[in-house]
Amino acid sequence: MTEAPHVTLRGVRKVFAGTGATSPVDALGPVDLDLAHGEFFAVVGPSGCGKSTLLEVIAGLTPVSEGTVAFEGKPVRGEVPDGVGVVFQEDASLPWLDVTANIAFGLRHSGLPADERERRVRRALELMGLVDFAGSYPAQLSGGMRQRVCIARTLVMEPRLILLDEPFGALDQQTRLLMGDELLRLWRTTGATVFLITHALDEAAMLADRIGVMSARPGRLIDAVETRWPRDRDSRIVEHAEFGAVTARLWKTLREESLKTLGAQMRST
Amino acid sequence: MSTAVVASAASGRAQRMQAIRNGMLLVVTILLVWQGLYLWIGDIALASPLATVRYAARLLASDTFYPHLRDTMIAFVAGYALAVVLGLAIGFWLGFHRLSGEVMEPMVVAVYSLPKVTLYPILLLAFGLGISAKIAFGTLHGVIPIILFTLAAVRNIKPILLKTGRTLKLTPLQTVRSILFPATLPEIFTGLRVGFSLTLIGTLLAEMFASQRGLGFLLMNGIGLHNVEMIMAITLMIVVFAAAVSTLLLHIDHRLHQRL
Amino acid sequence: MTRLTIYRLLVVAAAIGTLEALCLAGAIDRITMQPPHEIARDFVRLLASGRMNGAIRKTLGNAAIAFGMALAAGVSFAALLHGMRALRATLDPLFATYYAVPVFAFYPFLIVVFGLGDVPQVLIGFMLAVVAVIVNTLNGLDRVPRVLVKTARVHRLGRLRMATAITLPFAAPYILTGVKLAVAYALIGVVGSEFIMSRGGLGYEISFAYTNFENATMYPLIVLILVISIALNAFLTAWEKRLLLRRGQR
Repeated sequence: MTEAPHVTLRGVRKVFAGTGATSPVDALGPVDLDLAHGEFFAVVGPSGCGKSTLLEVIAGLTPVSEGTVAFEGKPVRGEVPDGVGVVFQEDASLPWLDVTANIAFGLRHSGLPADERERRVRRALELMGLVDFAGSYPAQLSGGMRQRVCIARTLVMEPRLILLDEPFGALDQQTRLLMGDELLRLWRTTGATVFLITHALDEAAMLADRIGVMSARPGRLIDAVETRWPRDRDSRIVEHAEFGAVTARLWKTLREESLKTLGAQMRST
Repeated sequence: MSTAVVASAASGRAQRMQAIRNGMLLVVTILLVWQGLYLWIGDIALASPLATVRYAARLLASDTFYPHLRDTMIAFVAGYALAVVLGLAIGFWLGFHRLSGEVMEPMVVAVYSLPKVTLYPILLLAFGLGISAKIAFGTLHGVIPIILFTLAAVRNIKPILLKTGRTLKLTPLQTVRSILFPATLPEIFTGLRVGFSLTLIGTLLAEMFASQRGLGFLLMNGIGLHNVEMIMAITLMIVVFAAAVSTLLLHIDHRLHQRL
Repeated sequence: MTRLTIYRLLVVAAAIGTLEALCLAGAIDRITMQPPHEIARDFVRLLASGRMNGAIRKTLGNAAIAFGMALAAGVSFAALLHGMRALRATLDPLFATYYAVPVFAFYPFLIVVFGLGDVPQVLIGFMLAVVAVIVNTLNGLDRVPRVLVKTARVHRLGRLRMATAITLPFAAPYILTGVKLAVAYALIGVVGSEFIMSRGGLGYEISFAYTNFENATMYPLIVLILVISIALNAFLTAWEKRLLLRRGQR
């Protein structure tokens, strides 16, 4: 028996209204998408295709122009539902709080008893390897560690759906691979559904159960590749025979779309 | 020519039109509020915009007004000229001579936040009751921002520019003229602009205290005579002058900074 | 104590020393100024006598009121204005030219309207201080990164909670810059007004002492105001530096 999907998108389109100086932008869609409970879903696509818009629509940060979004059976409209966590591309650490206070930020108004809050924060610190930096301020940390603080802050709320928008974008390749392993570990531990945006094809191929390929703007999902990896995988999956085939298939579809985007950019100058 | 350049020129023009529209909207709003307050409070404490403007016109046409206006202007211009000369000189020295600049800058900044009016009696005792004390007080106000901005401008000259001058084998005079001057002009101009406004404030403030001449004196005189219209007319003239010149200087300032 | 601080103290000491020498040598006559060591002595005497306590209370009290009003009104108005782009665009020219206009020119008008009590002085202090608060608060609010606003929404914070938990803490150092300016302007406004025309306060006492040739009172009072102003400024600057340092900015 198939379970109801965790997240459902039907006919979703997003058009950004024009201002006096700019014309309206057809950013996304139409998109149909189902995310199963506990699935790890990655999205790749050429730049500007609307990946971030798709994430914000699922999170409820941006309202759709057309279509419906549902999370756990309930429509998502205008506000972020309970149980959703988001890790952004930019540094979202709060510079006036130390690492512990940053991580505990969401718990402050959660109504949980103090010892439960402390337990969760401590666990997040351990999970993300931040115990030695519990009292440091974000300004004293590297970009990668600040991103770990943001992930820890998301985890501590025990979200059932975790959305990540190019979270490792600013990091070097080795750190990205290691962070990928950590992300897989967290995914298994929390059992959450994960939606990851990345521009790195190998990262998507390595981490995800299913990968959606988006077209050039306005972004539509033009391909979905199932990797069928075992759940307890890590970055060594790159040695798997199928890994090359997955990446090749992603690139084949993506190459055409990227050429379209590049062509459009060159025509407009 | 690419559409991008044309588009940005058009948007620049549109922005300027918008800015002018905003300015006029602001003036109209102020006039409306003023008129509204007048209708509410009445003749005893306020004059209507129209009455104020009419009185100002009468003042400008009268014989007794001009000596005072001239006095203020002379004191102001002298004070500003002195502030510019001193400010540029001290600012350049502190900018070039790193140690002096680092030592003195916070102290100059501290003078900025002092109620300088308390120093005015010292100037009066030193210079006597004539126009010199007024000029000195205006200079004291205006010289501070000129020093600070000039200091910053010189300090922030990109070393690569100086290297370019040496590579081209320019004489010191040529270096100053063709490299240092254009590179520091925008920031120095901001200092001159702020210095202009502050010198005016200082001059008027001095006149409001121990003076028998000038616009500041006329204002204080109006209190004793309870001449609301005169006080408001003179205040209006001062405000209009200050705002108009400031807007013009801001415009030039903006253009200078855009160039860079 | 850093090397620079030592140099600064030396500069101040040299200046005072030069004044002392000029006074003792007669180059500066007694009518203009008494020697610095006598000013110091008169300063101690004046404070000890308690004669100026009323004036000190009045000036500092009025300055505090002007500052408090400017802070409350300024921050609230800026918060309101931040969301209203059209209104803000209209008021922009006002903010840009505000400090070019001699606010003290309005003092006679305020005296005529409100009489010669404390009100005109507090109002001048308020008028000088409030725009600095507004402009700097707006600047701080402008700088709140969009990603932090999105973070607030992900945590499902209501508008008030977002303001107190994210917006205000982020903008705090910039607001503090406005506070620093507001403190200075409130004091300048009140003291300046008292000096020009009033019935009491430190500015009044200085002007009174000047008119009555009482250098023994006048110079110590000037020193007192300088000390208060510098101390306030130094304290706030140190606080501002600490806030910025924690964020890795200078």
